[in-house]
Amino acid sequence: MSDIQVFRQETREWLETNCPQSMRSPVITGEGVCWGGRKWTFESEDQQLWMERMGAKGWTAPDWPTEYGGGGLDKAERKVLKEEMGRIRARSPLDSFGIWMIGPALLKFGSEELKQQHLPPIIRGEIRWCQGYSEPNAGSDLAGLQSKAVDMGDHFIANGQKVWTSYGDKADWMFCLLRTDPEAKKQMGISLMLFDMETPGVTPKPIKLISGSSPFCETFLDDVRVERDQVVGEVNQGWTIAKYLLTHEREMIGGMGLTGAGSKTLGMIAAETIGTTDGRLNDLFMRTDVAKWEIDAAAFAFTVERVTDQAKAGQGVGATSAMLKYYGTELNKRRFETLLKIGGSDDLVWEGEVSNNGWTARTLLRTKGNSIEGGTSEVQLNIIAKNILGLG
Amino acid sequence: MALVLNEEQQMLKESAKGFLAEHAPVAELRAQRDAGSESGYSNALWSQMVSMGWAAILVPEEYGGLAFGHVGMAQIIEESGRTLTASPLLSTAILGVTAINLAGSEAQKTELLGAIAGGELTIALAVDEKIHHDPMQTAMSAVAKGDGYVLNGEKRFVVDGSTADKLIVATRTAGSPGDMKGISLFLVDRTASGVSVQRTEMVDGRNAAIITFTDVEVTADAMLGEQDRGFRALSATLDAGNAHLAAELLGIAQESFDRTLQYMKERKQFGALIGSFQALQHRTAHWWSEVELCKSVVLKIMQSLDEGDVKSPALASIAKAKLCEVVELSTNEAIQIHGGIGMTDEYEIGFFIKRARPAQMLYGDYNYHANRFALISGY
Repeated sequence: MSDIQVFRQETREWLETNCPQSMRSPVITGEGVCWGGRKWTFESEDQQLWMERMGAKGWTAPDWPTEYGGGGLDKAERKVLKEEMGRIRARSPLDSFGIWMIGPALLKFGSEELKQQHLPPIIRGEIRWCQGYSEPNAGSDLAGLQSKAVDMGDHFIANGQKVWTSYGDKADWMFCLLRTDPEAKKQMGISLMLFDMETPGVTPKPIKLISGSSPFCETFLDDVRVERDQVVGEVNQGWTIAKYLLTHEREMIGGMGLTGAGSKTLGMIAAETIGTTDGRLNDLFMRTDVAKWEIDAAAFAFTVERVTDQAKAGQGVGATSAMLKYYGTELNKRRFETLLKIGGSDDLVWEGEVSNNGWTARTLLRTKGNSIEGGTSEVQLNIIAKNILGLG
Repeated sequence: MALVLNEEQQMLKESAKGFLAEHAPVAELRAQRDAGSESGYSNALWSQMVSMGWAAILVPEEYGGLAFGHVGMAQIIEESGRTLTASPLLSTAILGVTAINLAGSEAQKTELLGAIAGGELTIALAVDEKIHHDPMQTAMSAVAKGDGYVLNGEKRFVVDGSTADKLIVATRTAGSPGDMKGISLFLVDRTASGVSVQRTEMVDGRNAAIITFTDVEVTADAMLGEQDRGFRALSATLDAGNAHLAAELLGIAQESFDRTLQYMKERKQFGALIGSFQALQHRTAHWWSEVELCKSVVLKIMQSLDEGDVKSPALASIAKAKLCEVVELSTNEAIQIHGGIGMTDEYEIGFFIKRARPAQMLYGDYNYHANRFALISGY
């Protein structure tokens, strides 16, 4: 048996022993997701067990080095792990901005001390992170941010206001962009700093959205002390790291255009709800909309596949994440517009069983933010025009 | 299978690109058109293609072919979309080979596939009878008589129909138009008695034909496949045809994009390069994104055809539909962004829309394939 076959067998056995039965079904519309962290309340003992076991094994971050508690798996092994988890329909043990965002940035730009301090608790799901990027006057023009950190020698004092902090009220630590040189050209005077949300002067306040939920906060910073050793990379060099992180974020949000395997297609939902005659949907205009969406969605899914395979083969254009982000989010918005039309007036019921508490309408409203957050569609088009097409 | 080209496929693409740029650029299409060429393509060019093995790419090795597959063939077709190169590749080397290989008897395959690979035989597929593609509506009759059949009816939009040596004709031997069952395929010599061919010169400068069959008598061994059960092979042949038309449209979409992007970096108005205007940048960036999606659907259907995947019919319709949509965007944006010069016959950009529209409509346009995809998907 080859090494990879051995690995597959061991993985299968380990998952069989360690993945609780109740964790072997897909997460439905956000319920069942595990974010971890100091403030987290587990939905069940199984959820806690699953996160802790996977965290201890390092498989919450399978590709991170073992010296920080990661899985240390190579590409082939990661693929096997993914396949084996898929085989038993195992849930993600931990969803985490630490794993998706600040972790990769620390691995690439952080000091050894910062890696030792922060990576292991991220992997184990003990510390939940949030992102302090946008400000009331720095949205698309992120580099125009004004929240500042003044150098006090062994520490900085930060003041200002952040906005659109995802789960700011539930997070334990923030990675935050702060202006450290007000005189420099705007991209050149920014630093990336880390601080505990319990630090005096940090106040997150949830923002209620049109969807009714509050996944974002505005976060006020009043004389917040940030230790000097919590600066990632060099002082005033934070923009490079921020851009690296934004690429990660774009890829994550762009993935929204993909409907999960196993979930019902738009065509199936339409056929069940509206009915068919001679194999054709009873509403022919709706049928056209659905078919057009499904053709585009298939083309987009193949594109994600192709771009991924190209990257593996060492080919391809790096900036394609802007295209995936642009197309994927616009596609997701169209999906929910079509779903709402299929659902009809029942789906307009804000609260109640008939609409699963307005799930379609609320999600539709939430998707409007997809083409704004992580760089608007217009910003992505600018990136494509400038970086890929060379239009000045 | 990884959704990328392997080394051999990449090499074929490069060599096709080089050959076509040198021997069959857009200027060659103009020359064929202006000379009023009978076939719509250059016989000398076709001979060169045959000698490079392009006619043999889809032919299995046991019949003298290269068996290099659809992904490989698509590289040539895509590149010939960029140069708008007319040739019998689609009718003969793709549709002809696929139909004969799928439905033909051992004797037919041995005789015909080798001849195609060697450049000694050209084929035209005669399927459409009305102005919109719908093969299930086939009405042309084939009635048994003695130990053969008598064919009566009319076919239109038969690509290469005025020059091909043999026609593959879809006929009805049972049932009524609209029935899947009862369709039979026949191989008929173009010059057979009772076959009347009217050449129609199309928008793209190429030829199609309206062909009338009046009491055309064929022997029983002219049948391709089983009686009444020809639809399956016909449908699979059309899937291959549509997949490669999508590949050609991909070449057209990319070339009209590339030429327009270049123009935006040269043309100045209001004292600035027009490529510096955000109104055009966003349109161009969106257009580029759509073309990226097209690359993926085309490669996906080609791999699916090579693997004999059951999803091929759906993927063929996805690919053709998506490419119809995007090539329309591409050719229209190309003219609009070029401005006045894009409207002139002297400038080449206008040739792309003129090839794109017939290629879109051939064997089903966006509406046909979106409808077909929806039916396959159960709605």
